[in-house]
Amino acid sequence: MLDTVFFYLFTLLTLGGAILTVATRNAVHSALFLITSLLGVAGLYLLLHAEFLFAVQIIVYVGGIMVLFLFVIMLVNLDAAAAQRQFSRMWPVALGCVALVGLELFYFLGKGEPAFRIAAPPPVPEPTAGNTERIADVLFSQYLLPFEIASLLLLVAVIGSVVMAKKRI
Amino acid sequence: MPEGYVPLFIFLAVAILFPVVALILAKYIRPDVPSRVKLEAYECGIQTASDSRARYTVRFYIIAILFVIFDVEAIFLLPWAVRYQVLGWFGVAEVAVFLVVLAVGYVWAYKKGALEWI
Repeated sequence: MLDTVFFYLFTLLTLGGAILTVATRNAVHSALFLITSLLGVAGLYLLLHAEFLFAVQIIVYVGGIMVLFLFVIMLVNLDAAAAQRQFSRMWPVALGCVALVGLELFYFLGKGEPAFRIAAPPPVPEPTAGNTERIADVLFSQYLLPFEIASLLLLVAVIGSVVMAKKRI
Repeated sequence: MPEGYVPLFIFLAVAILFPVVALILAKYIRPDVPSRVKLEAYECGIQTASDSRARYTVRFYIIAILFVIFDVEAIFLLPWAVRYQVLGWFGVAEVAVFLVVLAVGYVWAYKKGALEWI
């Protein structure tokens, strides 16, 4: 019962945030609504017992990537873009997509209530070990080499970003 | 939903409701007689000079992208911190290798002056 309430709450956050992200003219407002949407997705991860992904979603996506997004929005001048008429030539494509999704929705509405039933939450694997502990056990034994290679990947990202941005200063 | 997270959401609900209720309640209780002098910035504020949506320097971008990279690094440390007791010195050695590789990048960025403000 409580899970269902939270599921609809997080779905509302995700979809509402996503709709407002594309609907607002101001790019900064769009980014802020995208944060709402990503927080909703984090909540859905939590409902699926993926606690580690929940933490990653909030720390990396909401905390890190969105800060980067906001800085990039402030780096480029979007005043001119906001005044323009947007997506004027793309409306037939949008109409096609809406028709397709609408058709799908009505098909499943026709099938009745069972088509909309939420899948039962998966059983908790081992009550003694949480999600993060299990990831740690696998990450530091079976996937040790990929873990160390990930640090090299991050090193490449550090060097690449500094080299690319330094040229422009 | 894992059981331990329900208090988190109660806390979140209280945190959101508290300012909302306080602001709405204050709006109806307080007397509201604005005048031009009262609405001016005073003591801790200066007059607005220009729009806040100006273009920023690219330095903010470097700082932000370095922040994201070290954020991802912190995420990799989280499972290690949770399983610290079990992994022992083996875990410490693994994470040390991981951190040394990233520290090389940090020192290089520092030497290049990517973190300098001027």
